[in-house]
Amino acid sequence: MASSSRLLALTLAGAVVVATAGCAPEEKGPTPTITASPSCAKDSLPTRTPGKLTIATDQPAYEPWFSDDKPDNGAGFESAVAYAVAEKLGYARADVTWARVKFDTAIAPGPKTFDFDINQFSITEERKQAVDFSAPYYLVRQTVIALKSSKIAGRTSLADLRDARLGAQVGTTSYQAITDVIKPTAKPQVYNSNDDAKKALQNGQLDGLVVDLPTAFYITGAEITDAVIVGQVPQVGTPEAFGLLLDKNSPLTSCVTGAVGQLTEAGTLKQLEEKWLAQVAGAAELR
Amino acid sequence: MTLLDHVPSEAQLRRSAYRRRQTVYSVLVAAVSTAALGTLLVVAVTGAPGWDRVRQSFLDPAIARDALPAVLSGLWLNVRLLVCCAVGALVLGLVVAVLRTLRGPIFFPVRALAAGYTYTFRGLPLIIVLYLLTLGVPGLRLQGMPPVLVLGGLALVLTYGGYLAEVFRAGIESVHPSQLAAARSLGLTYRQTMRHVVLPQAVRRVAPPLLNDVVALQKDVGLVSLAGPIDAVRAAQIATAQSFNYTPYIVAGVLFVLLAIPLIAVTDWVTLRAARRQSGG
Repeated sequence: MASSSRLLALTLAGAVVVATAGCAPEEKGPTPTITASPSCAKDSLPTRTPGKLTIATDQPAYEPWFSDDKPDNGAGFESAVAYAVAEKLGYARADVTWARVKFDTAIAPGPKTFDFDINQFSITEERKQAVDFSAPYYLVRQTVIALKSSKIAGRTSLADLRDARLGAQVGTTSYQAITDVIKPTAKPQVYNSNDDAKKALQNGQLDGLVVDLPTAFYITGAEITDAVIVGQVPQVGTPEAFGLLLDKNSPLTSCVTGAVGQLTEAGTLKQLEEKWLAQVAGAAELR
Repeated sequence: MTLLDHVPSEAQLRRSAYRRRQTVYSVLVAAVSTAALGTLLVVAVTGAPGWDRVRQSFLDPAIARDALPAVLSGLWLNVRLLVCCAVGALVLGLVVAVLRTLRGPIFFPVRALAAGYTYTFRGLPLIIVLYLLTLGVPGLRLQGMPPVLVLGGLALVLTYGGYLAEVFRAGIESVHPSQLAAARSLGLTYRQTMRHVVLPQAVRRVAPPLLNDVVALQKDVGLVSLAGPIDAVRAAQIATAQSFNYTPYIVAGVLFVLLAIPLIAVTDWVTLRAARRQSGG
């Protein structure tokens, strides 16, 4: 018997509809041209109190940025930077007065009770809508932290970290520091958030975790007290930058930026970073 | 009378010719309607005001090329996990389903345990099971803690085992009681009846939904990446973070579809075969 074979004509129309939410175009404000005007002499600077420089920071002010919550003792990285900038502008230590202003108050628009504020402010486009920033005085570094019981605690060079199981949060400069600088033999572990990564570190599923230096100080100081900083990784990617914060359109901005620029060129900021963050605070450089 | 000396009648020849014409005609109609719909879609998408921006950020061939190796190596992890977890979940599901259908009061605790398991793990969100097993369990600091991939795989097996157990149970209960009665009257024990009469029919009957769950599992194995390992989607996420362009996600999506096609084709074929059997064709 002839078996009837049926021919099936199948047509498939696959429609892929990509719906995208409209995203605002990235706004690039005009970059102000920095002209070190000759009016940056101390006598012609329109500070809040003539002849005095009022610098603000948060209360409490944390190590290693300040020491003992006393900004006026010149100890700690940011206190040292503040006095160095003041000196460049021509103010002696006695001419500097400190104000205490909450972080959130400082970045909000509105009148300011200080000439400039130094409080680990990351320079962002959004914040620039409300306040002025000086040139960056610090580029945030990536740092390896580990439990005291970890095999990499106490290691001093990048080569010593090749055999470590390292982790970082996804899509961060920290992850780039692992893949581009440390280049360990084991594949890095990637987490949705630093909270998951910290849990894995605590569980011993990771030998070391890479975070930025301010976060590293916070984690080892307050969150996981049996963790230590192994060391700082050489600069990678596009790091966050800290800037001195001033009132929007402050007449001092260009002069303060000029002072920070001079300190950068002279290598003073590098020395202060080396002294207060690497040596005193124990975040040594991994080479 | 063999096929060779069979001469089709005039009417039969006319019938076959008519059928051929009908087939050609329907294929043509299908082709025209597909072309019309395709043209309409292309015009609608590429004519949209934001099309250029979407094309740059989702369909950039250069970025796709750069991301492909990383995404492929991530996909290899997905494939290995899928094979292990699918086998594990199928076995677990079958065992639990058999336990749930045991007869007799003595087996009540076993039945209750199996039922409790399916209720719990079908209700629990997979993400929570994954968190508990991959970040919670290692916190116990026990000796011989398996690596994170094994724990993640276990979470998937537990969750999908619950779904598959219910599918298997539906299959077992769909076998007519007369089959069971007939088998027992032939002198088969309960175990032999299950093994030779009920389960073969049950599994064959629920093959499509089983395979369907395996296809779903294929997409969920990637969630293990929340505990650290880099799968295809995570690799795409990393590439996206570096280039600020979403093309790597599209690359991963296309690879996932390609991976699913064989599975889905097998599902369709099994379904078709079962339907033919049912209708005696």
